[in-house]
Amino acid sequence: MMIDNEFKRAIIMDHYSKPHNKGSIDESYKSVHMASDSCIDDITVGMKFDNDIVKDVRFDGVGCTICISSTSIMSELIKGKSIDEALKLIDEYYKMIDEKPYDEDALEEANAFNTLSKQANRIKCGTIGIKAMNILLREEKYGK
Amino acid sequence: MLDVKKIRNDFPMIKELEKKKAIYFDSAATSFKPQCVIDRVNEYYTKETANIHRGDYDLSFSVSDEYEKARETVRKFINAESSAEIVFTNGASSSLNLVAYGYGQKFLKEGDIILSTEAEHASNILPWFKVAEVTGATIEYIPLNKDGSFDIENLKKVMSDKVKVITLAHVSNVLGYIMPIKEIAKIAHEYNAVVVCDGAQSIPHIKTDVRDLDIDFLCFSSHKVLGPSGVGVMYGKYELLDKMDPFMLGGGSNARFDICGNILLKNPPFKFEAGTPCVEGVLGFKAALEYLMDIGMENVEANDRMLHKYFMDEITKLDNVEVYNKQSETSIVTFNVKNIFAQDVACYLNSKGIYVRSGNHCAKILLNVIGVSETIRASLYLYNTKEEIDYLVEVLKGVTLQKCIEAAL
Repeated sequence: MMIDNEFKRAIIMDHYSKPHNKGSIDESYKSVHMASDSCIDDITVGMKFDNDIVKDVRFDGVGCTICISSTSIMSELIKGKSIDEALKLIDEYYKMIDEKPYDEDALEEANAFNTLSKQANRIKCGTIGIKAMNILLREEKYGK
Repeated sequence: MLDVKKIRNDFPMIKELEKKKAIYFDSAATSFKPQCVIDRVNEYYTKETANIHRGDYDLSFSVSDEYEKARETVRKFINAESSAEIVFTNGASSSLNLVAYGYGQKFLKEGDIILSTEAEHASNILPWFKVAEVTGATIEYIPLNKDGSFDIENLKKVMSDKVKVITLAHVSNVLGYIMPIKEIAKIAHEYNAVVVCDGAQSIPHIKTDVRDLDIDFLCFSSHKVLGPSGVGVMYGKYELLDKMDPFMLGGGSNARFDICGNILLKNPPFKFEAGTPCVEGVLGFKAALEYLMDIGMENVEANDRMLHKYFMDEITKLDNVEVYNKQSETSIVTFNVKNIFAQDVACYLNSKGIYVRSGNHCAKILLNVIGVSETIRASLYLYNTKEEIDYLVEVLKGVTLQKCIEAAL
């Protein structure tokens, strides 16, 4: 998937200004709160499962453009997928961030972060929401 | 007026950043070090390495002597009565914890009140949370004005005989307001309370006289005042130091001990300095304070205030920027670009070679007062210039969300 900077910027702008799946998370969701000391992103991600299907993903909180847009994009990607498929997508995302070969087609809009690895100080922003999703999926699959 | 060109020449980091066309506006986090400080540390390693207070041989004797001279330099710098009132620690956090543990935990009891403000850095409030937990004392906050500034009348309203400690920063690390410490100390002492002053942000910028201010404890770090990291000071009035407990016990702090567990501690300041200290750091710190005293702290203070005023005048002209501490007088300007998250702006500024800090600056309860949790903090010191401020203001004028995102790609 060839993607130029202008396109990447448009994707990020879109998900930052109108984030998908963002809003309050009630108790029917399993949730995890992420806050890091070194940056100011502070978000909570919640999921609902139906057997092994990720029935819904929501997130709430404050964060920078990279944090909000990456969480929004990934929430869209994994919603409706099986837990294993969702974990695979997250694995591909981490490979991209680690500059390893990865499945570009599978990541769709998340390719907007394909050069985030060059900005060491922003990697945390681009992974904090994804890390929360990873925790929730693993807890559901393997138990706490 | 300072000869800023000459000063900049004394700082290798400034020259390094000039090569990259980068500008440092984060001295409130840590300051750069002049060559004389670096040389002093290096000299200890290359020519003077020996432990202190083991004076059987010349080398140890002379380095011990230098170490004690550093104590005298600090005394002079803050105009303490005696160098015995200067305790070396490993930083302001260490010093503040030492006061809370050694004085607070020892003397406070249930029903006592610790007064502080919501603008405090974690280092000056969390140790007191612990004191409250252990002793049953409670923490109360002196109400701040809407812009986070301090009004002495608010202190008078909450002051009572139950207040045993007032702990606050002389200069807030987020908003840069200078607290009227002298007036605060006067009121505190009328009620027999002690004043603990976090001087981390004030010592670098304000000529401080502990006797004139009548502060009971003053804590600060070396690394924010041109010295090495890993060194700090806890100043305390001698009679308070004498009756409080050390945080650590060990070599160097006791005069003798026996098999029954009896310990005879040394007198202050030595009873607080168990273990081998950061000798090279203390020697470098001495060089840093001497460097500032050569320039004259009154000149440093005047220059920092002048630069800050210039910065404030220029940045408040921008329509797209909201400044939170317009009433501040020195060193710190705290702001946001309207409708853009602080971290995005800070990262954009980084892409333009401007180093600032974004976040809540370790003062996590201040957001209750100013109503915003994330801000950008630009902080100045004697090596900054008006031209650097002009450049920052120019870049801020043109910042957009698109540019911020692009900077991350």
